[in-house]
Formats: sequence, structure tokens, C-alpha cells
Amino acid sequence: MKEEDRAILEQNFQAKIDNDIRIEPNDWMPDAYRETLIRQISQHAHSEIVGMLPEGNWITRAPNLRRKAVLLAKVQDEAGHGLYLYSATETLGADREDTIDDLHSGKAKYSSIFNYPTLSWADMGAIGWLVDGAAIMNQVPLCRCSYGPYARAMVRVCKEESFHQRQGFEIMMTLAKGSPEQKAMAQDALNRFWWPALMMFGPNDAESKHTAQSMKWKIKRHTNDELRQQFVDVTVPQAELIGLTVPDPDLKFNEQTGHYEYGEINWDEFWQVVKGNGPCNKERVDARRKAKEDGLWVREAATAYAAKKKLRKQAS
Amino acid sequence: MSNKEWPLWEVFIRSKQGLNHKHVGSLRAADEEMAIDNARDVYTRRSEGISIWVVLSSNVFASDPSEAPELYEPSDSKIYRHPTFYDVPDEIQHM
Repeated sequence: MKEEDRAILEQNFQAKIDNDIRIEPNDWMPDAYRETLIRQISQHAHSEIVGMLPEGNWITRAPNLRRKAVLLAKVQDEAGHGLYLYSATETLGADREDTIDDLHSGKAKYSSIFNYPTLSWADMGAIGWLVDGAAIMNQVPLCRCSYGPYARAMVRVCKEESFHQRQGFEIMMTLAKGSPEQKAMAQDALNRFWWPALMMFGPNDAESKHTAQSMKWKIKRHTNDELRQQFVDVTVPQAELIGLTVPDPDLKFNEQTGHYEYGEINWDEFWQVVKGNGPCNKERVDARRKAKEDGLWVREAATAYAAKKKLRKQAS
Repeated sequence: MSNKEWPLWEVFIRSKQGLNHKHVGSLRAADEEMAIDNARDVYTRRSEGISIWVVLSSNVFASDPSEAPELYEPSDSKIYRHPTFYDVPDEIQHM
């Protein structure tokens, strides 16, 4: 393609974005837009799939049948979310097998929150309330993302996530109203998940290398710090309401701005976990790899059975 | 490790009797039966549908977006295809 032709295509592309016209799979798009989306959507898909592990850990130990059925349904939803998103990467020409292998080789990242262990039942509450709450904050604006298949997948995901957050909050609320030991469990889970939840929004705006371009392309609608602030503002009163304390001595409400001011995030810890040195990074990726390897014979058998059935149908 | 992927299927769901099947997304499955089973689990966990179609993605042929002007602009210019093109006196009813 000639340089001036490409310039015209890029101009038309940006004009569509500026006019809020969605980009669909067969439309022309700059390579960098495609690559950015594949990176972001596949990371998102991996997060949904890896996110099943810390919660799956508690399905067999849920305190009663209702909680067990709910947790099972939630984890099943996460699998569904992963599948919607892997499909969206495929509309961009990414190969699903390669995408998954990138997760297993450590080349692709996923949300660092899932590299923390789930030590008590209260963690199921903290994850639903805080982790899914933060995810919703991130995902609602993605429903208006410029890329059609991603936006449509996010609409489905957001509809389903709100049940996730409510069930988590309900677990926290029940524990907070329970015995002193139960309340302490809830507080301990909040203490461990609060800061990692704030880190879920990603590095500070000044450090975020992709934000400016992604906003120009309307892949992203708000900066990391804007979303993080929004999360703090809505979550702190929820904690207060159920009598739990947010583990931040610097947290205070600023009457002038109408926002909470919060303490310094430990970015060293964030980067350590992103780079693979969190408490559970190895365990999570090993579990995914093992699932793929152990399921290989099932996938091969299904392929062989489908081929046999097809032959039989042709013969009859 | 085998790198042989199951084929990709496009999924269409009829949300209720009387409405069209509508495209909802895609998934991978070894054959049509598995594609329907998976579509049920992936796309109808909250009563979204009462009927599922699956079509091999490789069997879908799409128009080329770069030809959209030639394909669709001619109909934009034929405003006489719409009832509002015609002037009818106010007294005329049921038309």
C-alpha cells in the first residue's frame, strides 16, 4: 500500500472513531489498533479464566448449599466471560490456541489480583465485593469501546457481574454482622484485598504508557486514576455501612472536592506481582497448563468421535 | 502437544417464540451437537433463549465493508420509496 493511501485510510478510521461509529471485524484498521485490542482483550480473557482458580478453591468448602450454588454459578460465569472474550480476539485474527499458549508461557499477562491466595471463606466475599466491583468500574465504560465485538461482549459481562458483586457484599455483610470471630475474618479479608483491588486499575496515569493512544482510539474512556478514584468513592461508604475499616490510615474525605483522598499505593509490590513474583503466580499458571495437558485426550477423543459420526452419516 | 483446534461456530439465539434468531457470538466445538450444548452453557445461562442455531463460521460469507458505498448508497437516493415522500391532503384518512 502506498504511504498516501494509508494516510487516507487512517484519517477515515479516526474520523469514524471521533464520530462514535463502531469498528467491526472486517473494517480496515491500523495494525497498532488491532494489536492493542488483541493484547487488551486477551489479557482480559486470561483474567477471567485465571480468576476462576482462587474462587474454585472454595466451592467444596462453602458454608452451606446456597453459598455453594451461588459460588458455582459465579465461577461458571467467569468461564463464560473468558469465552466471550477469546471469541472477540478471534474476530481480530488472533489464533485461540496461540493466545492460550501465550498465557501458559508467561508471555501474556492477566490481572495481578488473582496472584493472591484465598485463605478464608471471607475472601470469597472480598473478591466479589472488591475485585468484581473494581472490574465493573473498568468494564462499564468498555461497553462503549470503539471495537464492536469487544463492546458487545462487555455488555453481556457487565449484566452478569452485578450479581457477582452483590453476592460478595452479602457474604461480607453476613460475616460482619456475625460473631466477633466472623467479623474479624471479614476485616482480615478486606485488609488483604483492599490494596491489591486498588492496583487493579493499573499504574498511575503518568506511568501508563498505553492510556493516551487508547483514549484517542476510544478503546479506553477514562484514565486509570479516574476509575480508581471512582472506586474508592463508592466503596468506602459501603465498608462503613457494614462496620468494616478500610486499611488506609491516610484515607480521608475532602469536603471541597467531594472525593476521598487515599494513601500511597505500593507500586513496588504491584510490579513484582506483574513480573511474576506474586504469592501465587507460578501456582496459577501451572494449574492452567495442567488443565490443558490433562484435557488433551478429551479434546482428541471428541475430534475423533465427530469425524467418525460424520463418516457414518455420509455412509447412510 | 496437539495444536488441532475444534472448528469455530457462530451462534444464533431465538429469545422468544415469534422473534428472529439473532447472532450472539461464537464458540469452538468438535461438532454441531457439541456446539449446541456449549452454546446453551455459554449464551443462555439466564433464560436468554428458547432455540439455538449454530453455523460453521467458515460457511458465513460476508459483504466487503469497503464496497458499502456502492452497495447501499443507491437506496439512500431513492427517497420516493418511503411513504413520507408523497403529499396527501390532511383530510385524507386511513392512508
